[in-house]
Amino acid sequence: MTVSPDLATLLVGLCGVLLVASAVGWVLAWRMSPDGENPVIENLNARINAWWVMIILMGLALIFGRTGVTILFALCAFAALREFVTLTDTRRADHWALLVAFFVVMPVQFWLVWTGWYGMYSIFIPVYAFLLLPILSALRGDAGDFLGRIAQTQWALMVCVFCVSHVPALLNLDIPGYTGRNVLLIAFLVVVVQGSDVAQYIWGKLLGRTKIAPNLSPSKTLEGFVGGALSATLIGAGLSWMTPFTPLQAAGISLVIVLMGFFGGLVMSAIKRDRGVKDWGHLIAGHGGFIDRLDSVIFSAPIFFHIVRYFWSTT
Amino acid sequence: MVWTSSQSGVALQSFGPKRILARVAATAITVFARAVTSVRGIWAGSAPEPRQRVYYANHTSNGDFVLLWTVLPPRMRAKTRPVAALDYWLTSPLKAFIGRDVFNAVLIDRNPDTRVDDPVQQMAAAINEGASLIIFPEGKRNMAGTDLLPFKSGLFHLATACPEVDLVPVWIANLNRVMPKGEVIPIPLICTVTFGEALHLGADEPKDQFLTRAAAALQALAPKTERQAA
Repeated sequence: MTVSPDLATLLVGLCGVLLVASAVGWVLAWRMSPDGENPVIENLNARINAWWVMIILMGLALIFGRTGVTILFALCAFAALREFVTLTDTRRADHWALLVAFFVVMPVQFWLVWTGWYGMYSIFIPVYAFLLLPILSALRGDAGDFLGRIAQTQWALMVCVFCVSHVPALLNLDIPGYTGRNVLLIAFLVVVVQGSDVAQYIWGKLLGRTKIAPNLSPSKTLEGFVGGALSATLIGAGLSWMTPFTPLQAAGISLVIVLMGFFGGLVMSAIKRDRGVKDWGHLIAGHGGFIDRLDSVIFSAPIFFHIVRYFWSTT
Repeated sequence: MVWTSSQSGVALQSFGPKRILARVAATAITVFARAVTSVRGIWAGSAPEPRQRVYYANHTSNGDFVLLWTVLPPRMRAKTRPVAALDYWLTSPLKAFIGRDVFNAVLIDRNPDTRVDDPVQQMAAAINEGASLIIFPEGKRNMAGTDLLPFKSGLFHLATACPEVDLVPVWIANLNRVMPKGEVIPIPLICTVTFGEALHLGADEPKDQFLTRAAAALQALAPKTERQAA
């Protein structure tokens, strides 16, 4: 358990940003919504308060290093998987398959990541889980909507477990001259992704006019997207001091992270529309469910992991 | 009728080891229910305020009343008793402890030939002691899916015996998928418990009309997105 000076600087900086946000939210509520009558401001303040909790948990996990980060993201994956499977068409015949998904596949995947066995954790779900689970469902003998059921279960695992596990997997990369500082890669990814979401939200609320995908996500606007993407790319470039990247490289990687995050949000919105719900869950006040907050991390984490692994890591 | 603490004749008297164990077990059961189902109460028509009520709910799983009980505020929980089948809950010492001591269930005998006490009178007596009740008017677990089974007449007779008490419809969603009949280990899935607007027996309202109205009020609370369970 160590707090590197870089991590301390980042956490203090984030707390500063949140203090400003809380102050702004407080003034807005005091001036425009004293009795809680403005839903946008109430939601903004609920979001800011939830951000405090998320930053504190994230900070604690990063301070506790490999074990802390792995446990935190395993818990997030559990909550996300529960939200996802709730909305699928699985039946009684999938009971064994789902038990294995929740109580074997998910813990084993995070354990493999924790041990750093790249050759196994990068194929465990796409090879072993994807072949085993349909066998378990088939053994129960119910063929109704079979393809839909097994495909939904596989995608639930892909999105909620495999992709999320690539966040703690960043600790396994071996980057010359960067030894012992890998938690900062996680901090970089999370700050860029979530910074992009927040910046898109703010730019969208301020300038948003042109809807990008009115059928999928009415709140996503071109103005919000461009403003958010540029802001987050700048944030990423400004954080290059805590990464193995040059400022230009950090900006390029941030742009990839932001694009994957944006389109990930779009895909997850399409799934919500298909299932007829507005939010994935209700556990994070103001934000919805875990997947509502994680959707952009889910899509960007594996790509970020593989870019850094290919170009920077020796393992 | 609004509760005052002096009206409560329920389950708060003794503090022996069994009582403490029952409280620990109750907490453990609610923590477990929340950990697995992340259950959330949705108050859509009645408020979580300490009024005396009969909660009547759809029945798809043995855990139904546990979820309903879990989402009640603790002070209301202490005064809310599930109505349950004696032939199920008295078959082993553990079940008897959970049924009688933890949940303080009103245990009724479903078999008219063997029973000594009339179930409606037992329920009315519990209400007169100040308790709220949880009942499942379908009478047995519904395996078919999301459409309710026809209500038994118990709800009507209870409403006749206690006409002033609020009858609150409660829809419990998804629990049948968490633990389908015959399975041992639950799958973690999100469940909701939706409380509707209270209703009362109308003056001279016939039995069938009342039961149809009560069933429709409950069915209307089923979430539109609820997946058909097979």
